[in-house]
Amino acid sequence: MTVKQLSVFVENKPGRLSAVTEALAAADINIRAVSIADTKDFGIMRIIVNDTDKAIAALKENGFIASAANVIAVIADDKPGSMASIMKILYNANISVEYMYAAFLNRDKGSACLILRVDNNENAIEALKDADCKLISEQELSEI
Amino acid sequence: MTQRYWNEKIETMELAEMRKLQSERLVHQVKHMWDNVPYYRKKMEEKGVSPDDIKGLDDLHKLPFLSKADLRDSYPYGMLAMPLSECVRIQSTSGTTGKRVVSFYTQHDIDLWEDCVARAITAAGGTKEDVVQVAYGYGLFTGGAGLHGGSHKVGCLTLPMSSGNTERQIQFMMDLKATILCCTPSYAAYIGETLQEMGYKPEDIPLKAGIFGAEPWTQAMREQIESTLGIKAYDIYGLTETSGPGVAFECCEQSGMHINEDHFIAEIIDPDTGEVLPEGEKGELVFTSITKEAFPLIRYRTRDICVLSRKKCSCGRTLVKMTKPMGRSDDMLIIKGVNVFPSQIEEVLIKDFKAAPNYQIVVDRVGTTDTFEIKVELSDDMFSDTIKDISTLEKKIGADIQQILGIRAKITLVEPKSIPRSEGKAVRVIDKRKLV
Repeated sequence: MTVKQLSVFVENKPGRLSAVTEALAAADINIRAVSIADTKDFGIMRIIVNDTDKAIAALKENGFIASAANVIAVIADDKPGSMASIMKILYNANISVEYMYAAFLNRDKGSACLILRVDNNENAIEALKDADCKLISEQELSEI
Repeated sequence: MTQRYWNEKIETMELAEMRKLQSERLVHQVKHMWDNVPYYRKKMEEKGVSPDDIKGLDDLHKLPFLSKADLRDSYPYGMLAMPLSECVRIQSTSGTTGKRVVSFYTQHDIDLWEDCVARAITAAGGTKEDVVQVAYGYGLFTGGAGLHGGSHKVGCLTLPMSSGNTERQIQFMMDLKATILCCTPSYAAYIGETLQEMGYKPEDIPLKAGIFGAEPWTQAMREQIESTLGIKAYDIYGLTETSGPGVAFECCEQSGMHINEDHFIAEIIDPDTGEVLPEGEKGELVFTSITKEAFPLIRYRTRDICVLSRKKCSCGRTLVKMTKPMGRSDDMLIIKGVNVFPSQIEEVLIKDFKAAPNYQIVVDRVGTTDTFEIKVELSDDMFSDTIKDISTLEKKIGADIQQILGIRAKITLVEPKSIPRSEGKAVRVIDKRKLV
C-alpha cells in the first residue's frame, strides 16, 4: 500500500520552480503534496500528483530529470503526539526514515496526511498496519 | 645596475656564431637520434630524410615534428637515447598515466639544465650572496628540482621549501632573510597577500627578486606581486619535455624571455600547416634540444602560441626572446599550475556515470587564484530522489578528478541540456581568466 511520488532535479537558479510547475500545469496535473530538499547548488522537488506517469512524461518533454518512487502516505490525527507515535512505531520496527513531508490531503477534519520515504517499505507498512495506522492507497489518493 | 651574465660568451654571442654552434650541435643530435631512437628514425625514414641531409640549421625544416602524442605512444622508454644505466633521474608532468610525459636525464643533462637555470637566477640579479627560497613543488614536477639545482649552481643558500604551508614559508623567509623567491606566480601573489594581512610592509620583506613560472600570468599580476612583496618579478619558461624551467628566462628589461639557444633551437610554425613562420610572426613554438643526451627532442611542438624577437635587448644578451605564451594550439588548460586536458575530465565522467555526460569546465581567476568548476549534466540513470545519493556522486567525481589531476575542482550537477551548445556541439571550456 504505497503511493507514487515524483522527484524532479531542479538547479538552484531563478525560474526553475516556475518552469517545473508550468510544465505540470500545461499537462493538467494537480499537485497533491510537495516538498523541496535543497543544497547549495541544486534541489530535489518531490511531488505527489493525480497522474504520475503523465506528469513524468510532461516533465521529460520539457527537459527535466524526473523519476518515480514508492512512498507511504499515512493518516495522522491532527493532535499533539500523533506524529511522535508514528515515528515511534517505525523506530521500534527498525525502519529508517529518509525524509518526510505533509500532503495537502484533508480527507476529513481532524486528520493530516504524512508522506514517508523509508528504507524498507514492506516492513514499514506492516509495522504501521499492526499499529492500526491508516494508510492511503494510490486508488484512494486519486479519489480524494 | 651592473650587467651580469652567468655565461657571458654564450649569452652575448653574435648571431652568426650562435647559428654555427647550433648547426654543429644539430647535426650531431640528429645522428644521435637516428642511431639510438628507432621511433624517431622511423619518422625520419617515413619523411625520406637521413642524417646526411642535415648539414646545419637551414635543413632543420626537413625534419619531422614530435608531439605530445608521440611521447605518449613511445612511453616510457621509446624516446630514450641513452642506456638506462647512464640515466640518473626522471622528472614527469602532472596528468593521467595516459597523458604523462616522463623525461630522462643523464648527469650531463642535469648539469646543463642547472646551468640554464643559473643563467635565469643571475639575470634576476642573483649571486652566491643570495638566499633562494624555492617554493615550487618538489618531486616529479620540474619546478622544484630545476630552481633548486640552478640555485646550487650559482652558489646561493638554497631553502628547499617546496610549495604549501605558507606560514612556514613566511617564517623562513623572514628569519633566514630570503632574497629571491621561486614559485608559481599565483603562489607568490598568495604569499604577498598573506604577508600584507600579517601587517608586513614591502620594505620589511627581505626579498629583492622573484622567479615565477609554470603557469600563465599577466602584467597586472606582475605589478601586484612586485608592489606587495617589494621585488622585481621575473618570468621563466620551460617544459618537462625539454628539461624543465630554464629553457627561457627574463632579464632586467622584463619584456620577454631569452631562449638558451645554445641548448634549444626555437622555431615558430603555423600550427595548421606546420610551415615555419618568419621572425615576428605569431605561431606555435617548436623546440629542438641540441645538447640533451638521454631524452633529446627534435622539433617538439609545444602547443604554446607566441612570438620570437631578435630586437636588441638593453641587457646586452643576444639570445632570441620569446613573448609569454599567448594561448595554446590545443585544448590544454593550465589551472593552478597544472596541465589539464578536457579529455582527462571526460574519462573520469565516463567512469563515474557509465556514459558520456555533457559537461563544461569553467575556469576563472578570483584575485590571483584560479577557480576550477566542472558542470555536469545529470542523467536519468544517475538521478535519485535523495540528496544523499546525488551528493555522494558529486563527491565521487570530485575525488576522482583530484586523484587524476592533483587539483580540486568544484563539481556542479546541472539539469539536462542546460549546458549551452553551439552548432549542436557542447562548449566544453569556458576560460574567463584574462591572461593575455
